[in-house]
Amino acid sequence: MATIRRIILDVLKPHHPNAYEFAMFLADLGNEYVVHLAVIEVDENTETVQLELKAPSIDFELVQAAIIEMGASLHSIDEVDACSQINVNQQD
Amino acid sequence: MDIKGLVALTHSQGIIRRYFIVNGFDGALTMLGLILGFLFSTPTDINNIINVCMGASIALCVSGISSAYVSESAERKYVLTKLENAMITDLSQSSHAHAARIVPIVIALVNGLAPLLISLLILLPLWLYKSGVVLPISPLIISVFIAMTVIFLLGVFLSRVSGMSWWLSGIRTLLVGILTAALIFVFVG
Repeated sequence: MATIRRIILDVLKPHHPNAYEFAMFLADLGNEYVVHLAVIEVDENTETVQLELKAPSIDFELVQAAIIEMGASLHSIDEVDACSQINVNQQD
Repeated sequence: MDIKGLVALTHSQGIIRRYFIVNGFDGALTMLGLILGFLFSTPTDINNIINVCMGASIALCVSGISSAYVSESAERKYVLTKLENAMITDLSQSSHAHAARIVPIVIALVNGLAPLLISLLILLPLWLYKSGVVLPISPLIISVFIAMTVIFLLGVFLSRVSGMSWWLSGIRTLLVGILTAALIFVFVG
């Protein structure tokens, strides 16, 4: 079965939790999660952020649930790196 | 998200601190007023004094819980709706909605329990006296000292927020207690 190793998401979030708390919450979702968050645009009550997640195997449903839990909404999936399980094992 | 996280998410630490101080102060000054009233009146049975003070403490507690809950839950719902409109999405599954339900309860409990616990502390000498413990001076006088100490300590606690010197802040709130006592003496004593 294929796994996601890297994904870039476009997310609209409230100001709170802030970028630091948001990234930390996502990083705590699994082992070896690397989160890069960039604030693209700031409005009165919201901000648009670009999220880049890297991990040996990203649980996308868990990431989506975490985004919703923090009051944010996923606007688009901009990039995905997926690979088969064999490749994962070979790279590990 | 745990309660601490929800409080942080809604930036309610300041409100909780203010409610604790404001209603704690109310509790301490109310007990001070009642006890001084009894001190300046003809001697009354200790049970009557405890009952009157407990009645006032419970009323302060219920008033604190209900008023804070009603106002805070309305405020949180307003903030949540405003955020939902800005996000153009339903946030009912988010921590923000969870916080809108839980944080008013936390604030209400702090607002109600602060005067109750402070009042119980001030009334402690009266219970000790009632249960037969021998006290060096009148339990009412000890209660007045405890009330003044609590008022001073609330000032010290405030100094941690304002960055003011702790003794200056404590003396300032203590002066409010002394002024209250003086007014009661003028009008009742």
